[in-house]
Amino acid sequence: MNKEDKLVLGGREFNSRFILGSGKYNLELIKAAVENAGAEIITLAVRRANTKDSENIMDYVPENVTLLPNTSGARDASEAVRIAHLSRELGGGDFVKVEIMKDSKYLLPDNNETIKATEILAKEGFVVLPYMYPDLYAARELENVGAAAVMPLASPIGSNRGLATKDFIQILIDEIDLPIIVDAGIGKPSEACAAMEMGASAIMCNTAIATAKDIPMMATAFKMAIEAGRSAYLAGLGRVLTRGSESMDPLTGFLRD
Amino acid sequence: MENEFLVDSDKLSEAALKRKHEIENNKSVRIDHMKFLPNMDQLESDIQDKVLENLKDIDWDSYTDADVYRALAAKTPSIEDFKALLSPAAKKHIEKMAARAKIETAKHFGNTVYLFTPLYIANYCDNYCVYCGFNCYNDIKRKKMSFEEIRHEMEVISKSGIEEILILTGESPIYSDVKYIGEACKLARKYFKNVGLEIYPVNVNDYKYLHECGADYVTVFQETYNPDKYETLHLLGNKRIFPYRFQAQERAILGGMRGVAFSALLGLTNFREDALASALHLYFLARKYPHVEYSLSCPRLRPIVNNDKINPLDVHETELCQILCAYRIFLPYVGITVSSREEKHFRDGIAKICATKISAGVSTGIGDHEEKYEAYKEEEEKESKASDFDKKESIKALQQEAVSENEECGDEQFDISDRRSFDQMYDDMAGEGLQPVLNDYIYV
Repeated sequence: MNKEDKLVLGGREFNSRFILGSGKYNLELIKAAVENAGAEIITLAVRRANTKDSENIMDYVPENVTLLPNTSGARDASEAVRIAHLSRELGGGDFVKVEIMKDSKYLLPDNNETIKATEILAKEGFVVLPYMYPDLYAARELENVGAAAVMPLASPIGSNRGLATKDFIQILIDEIDLPIIVDAGIGKPSEACAAMEMGASAIMCNTAIATAKDIPMMATAFKMAIEAGRSAYLAGLGRVLTRGSESMDPLTGFLRD
Repeated sequence: MENEFLVDSDKLSEAALKRKHEIENNKSVRIDHMKFLPNMDQLESDIQDKVLENLKDIDWDSYTDADVYRALAAKTPSIEDFKALLSPAAKKHIEKMAARAKIETAKHFGNTVYLFTPLYIANYCDNYCVYCGFNCYNDIKRKKMSFEEIRHEMEVISKSGIEEILILTGESPIYSDVKYIGEACKLARKYFKNVGLEIYPVNVNDYKYLHECGADYVTVFQETYNPDKYETLHLLGNKRIFPYRFQAQERAILGGMRGVAFSALLGLTNFREDALASALHLYFLARKYPHVEYSLSCPRLRPIVNNDKINPLDVHETELCQILCAYRIFLPYVGITVSSREEKHFRDGIAKICATKISAGVSTGIGDHEEKYEAYKEEEEKESKASDFDKKESIKALQQEAVSENEECGDEQFDISDRRSFDQMYDDMAGEGLQPVLNDYIYV
């Protein structure tokens, strides 16, 4: 096992494999959530920024945490690119999570537009983390155009429905040479753990924590679940005993040495 | 014990013999085997580095039963799992491996087995590869068939019922140039539904040309993936250039070929490493070019004309079966070809586990199909009730007699072990409960 088990994104190393969303709860709780979750990356919706002078989210984010601005609210590639530029101008750094949704009911990502935006931003030197629907061809395209990771959804965003796309996420884990970060839909720590056991590189989660009765405690529970899943993956899962006997006629009886 | 490959022909002149010995004994007179020659396409590709990186520091004896169980239980086996399946620890679990391999084969291929035949059109060769019957210093009968002879051979073969042909040559771009091979492909398209090539590696444009002539599958064997060992076996000729050969499949893909096939020649050096590398060569290319069809072969060393002592060393049938099951479990979607280098009982058995493609009606000589196919008929007419072994020997004797009477034929690349005709193979495979398939890809 690799003793230094780090998550590497855009050449930067992270110890934590938990990316925390910042929406849906009070700013006072952000600090506690970040600390209890052990998160080193926190997302930030640039377009939904509060334009008031007071209650600036930046006042509540601990200093050692990397900001991951997202393009939430973008309807197509050009809007996403503009939001990313704005974010960089505002001092948001080179990281950007591309989120492009044309459907306001399910908020499902538009893979085609996401690929276009990723290509443009990667060429401009951004570390691009695209949120996407787990489609193999789209993931390959994202890899080809320079994404730093791929962020497939587990189920519709905010739904807490868990790993509905499990088999397809597994295909991405098996076939794509980039970190696979499961994003959206994870509702329980056990589901985050299951995704990590499958070989996901990290979990991005917001609603499950934001809607819990005790936000800091749920953040702790997710931290532990993600670490457990990661350790299980690195340790190599044991075999599952199957029922039934082996075939009666040996298949290899013909061998002559 | 290593194989004794070096043989001196008494027909070589004193000067030629001196040159041969110098090349064999003095590494400094041999060219750099890792450097491309000026007229060779050189791709910007990281596949070779990835494969060689994975061969470093493997302790095959460190794998345990538990590793093998874990690999057998894995839904998508990792490269580490694949290594465990190739390790000595997996040998005693061969039956379990075969059971898993059979399930995977059935998932992807059902009960089909694809039949084809190779056709050697020329055996001139510019290379000195010490283990090969065609090597330029070996004293054999050389032949390059005329187009009329090729057409005639193809007619004979197609009449037997075969629909896919694999065209082979010795590796001489001088005697068998790309144009010559292209013309052979055009002829083949008149008699067969599918045309494959197993010729010397060429540049992208040449693959493109050959594809336009009708070939759509390219097989190139790397022989061994250990560059140091490779250097000691391929002493002269273009084949000496390890990376140019390594990139052949990728160039074929860029030239538009539908599929590519790979293998090491098992028995040249550490077979576990070579099996691992063959599969990883395919695996990494498949990740880069996921639209292409891929297949693996598994040739073991065989005796050649003028050296009947050559053998596959420690790659016994059980090891070969282990390798093929490991291939199938790691790469469930790829074709696996088992040639007539293997005997009937092995080919019948392995076709039920993981092989998907088997040759039939094989000759590795040049221009001798008619004589050999006639011998099948003679044997059939005798309706021999003899054992498989006697039958095999009898066909071999009849074929040798027929071919030696015909001074026009060129010698064989290696001695084959399964001399069954196409009809016999078709019936045997059907008799094993398999579904023989003659063609599954129509050119459109």
